[in-house]
Amino acid sequence: MARIDLADLAHSYTGADADPASFALKPTSMTWRQGGAYALLGPSGCGKTTLLNIISGIVRPSRGKVLFDGKDVMALTTQQRNIAQVFQFPVIYDTMTVGENLAFPLKNRGLPRAEIEARVREIAGLLDLTPHLARKASRLTADAKQKISLGRGLVRADVAAVLFDEPLTVIDPGLKWELRSKLKVLHRTLDLTMIYVTHDQTEALTFADTVVVMHDGSVVQTGTPQELFVRPAHTFVGYFIGSPGMNVLPAEVNGQQARVAGHTISLLRNYDGLPPGARVEIGIRPEFVRMAAASPELISAEIERIDDLGRSRFAWLRVGNLRMAAQVPNGSAIPNGRAGLIFEPAQIHVYADSRRVEGTA
Amino acid sequence: MEKIPNQKAWLLVLPVFALVAFSAVIPLMTVVNYSVQDTFGNNKFFWNGVGWYQELLDPTTELGGRFFASLWRNLAFSAIVLSIEIPLGIVVALAMPREGWGVAFSLVVLALPLLIPWNVVGTIWQIFGRSDIGLLGWTLNRVGFDYNYVANPLDAWLTIIVMDVWHWSSLVALLCYAGLKSIPEAYYQAASIDGASRWAVFKAIQLPKMRHVLVIAALLRFMDSFMIYTEPFVVTGGGPGNSTTFISIELVKLALGQFDLGKAAAMSMVYMLIIIIVCWVFFTVMTNAGQDRTAAGGEP
Repeated sequence: MARIDLADLAHSYTGADADPASFALKPTSMTWRQGGAYALLGPSGCGKTTLLNIISGIVRPSRGKVLFDGKDVMALTTQQRNIAQVFQFPVIYDTMTVGENLAFPLKNRGLPRAEIEARVREIAGLLDLTPHLARKASRLTADAKQKISLGRGLVRADVAAVLFDEPLTVIDPGLKWELRSKLKVLHRTLDLTMIYVTHDQTEALTFADTVVVMHDGSVVQTGTPQELFVRPAHTFVGYFIGSPGMNVLPAEVNGQQARVAGHTISLLRNYDGLPPGARVEIGIRPEFVRMAAASPELISAEIERIDDLGRSRFAWLRVGNLRMAAQVPNGSAIPNGRAGLIFEPAQIHVYADSRRVEGTA
Repeated sequence: MEKIPNQKAWLLVLPVFALVAFSAVIPLMTVVNYSVQDTFGNNKFFWNGVGWYQELLDPTTELGGRFFASLWRNLAFSAIVLSIEIPLGIVVALAMPREGWGVAFSLVVLALPLLIPWNVVGTIWQIFGRSDIGLLGWTLNRVGFDYNYVANPLDAWLTIIVMDVWHWSSLVALLCYAGLKSIPEAYYQAASIDGASRWAVFKAIQLPKMRHVLVIAALLRFMDSFMIYTEPFVVTGGGPGNSTTFISIELVKLALGQFDLGKAAAMSMVYMLIIIIVCWVFFTVMTNAGQDRTAAGGEP
């Protein structure tokens, strides 16, 4: 149970004096509040596992500090930091029963037998492992084994935080849902700080109250799932979250007007202060692009194909040589061949060098 | 589906039959043949039934007495070297570096004794242990131990055991090291997070993961030490007295020294049966031990 602060943390696997651009984790500072459910979201190789391993003490950072409740823990081992971690692949102790596996972290810490028993029963109950307690762990299926790994992470009542490193990778899709909701329940029941690393946006958005999106070694945005969707701070967030991702179109922005593909769109805010020489783009999510009959006042798009995802349909469009997507509202007819596009003004974001610029009113 | 009768397939296994016949069946049957006959030379043989076997398995006869004495000697030798080499191999494997230049270095150093021909190993220790010119024997005597493997049975045994440990512990260590290397890093990380002590890591992770290679190592070492011939023959020649005469040495004395083909053949058969049975029992017990333990934890 602890608040975790990262102070100017950076790591390079090739040594501290490597080129800063090659760092696996670029200088990062942030605070994880006690009892929060966090997700570290990003594609493979973005540094999320590195960050997790630094927090747990498996990796020593090249620079910076980790603080638990304000106390520097850099000199402490994984064990002394009192962290629980669940790995991508189930780690179980083959020769032990399920119950012995769950009891292992407590036994190593010399807890009284009665307390161990009670705690193991509680966790086994929460994870539906009670009927298997006396079984050999090595004989169970992959997802039951991963449940044991989860259980070993959760069994200690006093852990500073529980870290999950893509724990559902080996689990069947159907069971993923079940385990994920189970984790959410556990989070509420046990009041533990949980940090969940994943590259699956659905997992991240359903599990966490706060999602930390990482890209190329740095944190690009921290926020609630809602914030990430409505106000992506970086074009990468817009693109990575949402399916299909946000449309990012190169544009010329002058004051309250943006010029895209030869058309002028008026914006709600004023963007006079854009840094000179920056690469300027506007971003709009497919959900906020409306298609109307083609007309000279609207951006003209060629419809390439329609994807029917069951609950919604998306049109893939070509505007000049740009490609973008738009949601087709249920029940509305699809214009044939060409369409005019209307961007919802409140949902247009302006990006300078991939970072979102907040306009002035 | 209709099954097409086609006997041509037999032709395809014929080469294997021929090979096995020449390499195993025919030599073995020759031995069986000798073991039930007696000869007084001139290449004339007489039927003797199970006479040789009766004599061999009766400890009161001269033949039986020699056989059982060498059998117990050999079993004791195997038990001693196994109980030293297996734990020693595990300890060495655990102490070996997991990465860096030290890996290649220790692998080469460990492999060296295994690459030396058995005869040469015997010669090395024969000279090494001599009390007049051998470094080991001379030093021990200078320090005040009355060490002389030619005259003292205990010294002879110690020399042969130390030699075997020196020669073969590497094999166990290399096998264990291979087993250890196959353990994913996540297990150690998980164990350190679970607060496991060094001993608990060994018991919960390393030993179970090494179990299969240990079965193989123990089997190999048992068979090899039970069939040992060259090294003790070179070092002690089976002496002093008969104190280091193991079964294979006894067998060679019978077959080539005394030319008692019938007795030697019967002893060979029993010797082979013992090895097969011990290995079979050992292997079944070791593999079933794992099965039973998992089965015992089955559905409640």
